[in-house]
Amino acid sequence: MKNKNLYNYILGIADNSLILGQRLGSLTGHGPSLETDIACTNMSLDLFGQVRSYYQYAAKIAGDNRTEDDIAMLRKEREYVNVLLVEQPNTDFAYTMARQFLFDVYHLLFLQELQKSKDLTLSAIANKSIKEVSYHLRFSSDWIRRLGDGTAVSHQKMQDAMDGLWTYTDELFHQTEADKIMVAEGIGVDVTALKEAYYKKVNAVLEESTLQIPESKWFQKGGKQGVHTEHLGYLLAELQYMQRAYPNMEW
Amino acid sequence: MTTTEQNIDEILIPILEQVSDPEIPVLSIMDMGVVRTAVIEKDMVKVQITPTYSGCPAMDVIGDDIKSALKAAGYDSEIELILAPAWTTDWITPRGRKALEDYGIAAPLSAEADISVLLEGKRLVKCPQCGSTNTRLVSQFGSTACKAQFQCDDCQEPFDYFKCLK
Repeated sequence: MKNKNLYNYILGIADNSLILGQRLGSLTGHGPSLETDIACTNMSLDLFGQVRSYYQYAAKIAGDNRTEDDIAMLRKEREYVNVLLVEQPNTDFAYTMARQFLFDVYHLLFLQELQKSKDLTLSAIANKSIKEVSYHLRFSSDWIRRLGDGTAVSHQKMQDAMDGLWTYTDELFHQTEADKIMVAEGIGVDVTALKEAYYKKVNAVLEESTLQIPESKWFQKGGKQGVHTEHLGYLLAELQYMQRAYPNMEW
Repeated sequence: MTTTEQNIDEILIPILEQVSDPEIPVLSIMDMGVVRTAVIEKDMVKVQITPTYSGCPAMDVIGDDIKSALKAAGYDSEIELILAPAWTTDWITPRGRKALEDYGIAAPLSAEADISVLLEGKRLVKCPQCGSTNTRLVSQFGSTACKAQFQCDDCQEPFDYFKCLK
């Protein structure tokens, strides 16, 4: 492949949205209320839409016969390069919203920078997605506040969720090899530069929600190198089942 | 490359106006503003459409419907999905807004008003059934990616509000 770095870089962005979209999509018909059920599946749909644009572009760059579906459905677990945060299970609604919020804050900051990319396709996808992701962030922030500053039980559940997921936040700002090369070429986003703004925003919402900012001396990593938590395998088993059972099926 | 101008051959307009959004059948794709380019090049029509929301499943159907409408009029066509410039609700024509309201969907407010109804619970959205603005937000997300769910506290009817996208 001629442009392997760009290809890997695109997967690094898109895999996050695919895996988070799949997590949210699995709440279809299982959300805690009709409104939240619809909200999670709507966000899932937005993410899948964005993913299609990224994978279509990646398939074009690969220049062989692979399609967007091959990229989404036919890789093995170690070939997915999403961050560990997005593959964490739904657990309960506090976890689902905490995971969403912790990713949305990053996602918006990232897209705002990606808009300035020299690569016109990536910049167009970013420009389109920003509107959707801002809406996701408003929704998830609202739930952090509502549950954090709610009853004693909702407060505790949201605090537990934040404490549990905090260890996955630092990985968002780790640079991969493809990242470094793409940043140098003016195509990629320097994620290390987003870290300060990220924790500033996250901490402000947590404080407003009367939540303790979790303290962690050690952070989990590995997703960007394909080394995942045990949860991803199960998620992929469900995601890929139809394509594996009935190869080449289309919708 | 990122022009906001539409480029549509006049002769194709009546054909494209027959194609409607599968989710909102009263709204033609022309009134929705999703067709950005439609030009005849030799014996082929090149069409560019832009999605309302990234994941809008209607886009594939719209592409197929444009193809068959043009085919019926004797044209072969190529459909391309473009992302830039991103679609905005400002591109819905006045006729499109009227069609939405007649169909029972409240048309998008300005960006500023949209934020106050969706986030601050202000009562500004006009009920498409009785015209009252005594309406409230039921859900920030609705039956499709482009809508939020509202209810009128006068006539009690639930209805969809087309969210402002800018």
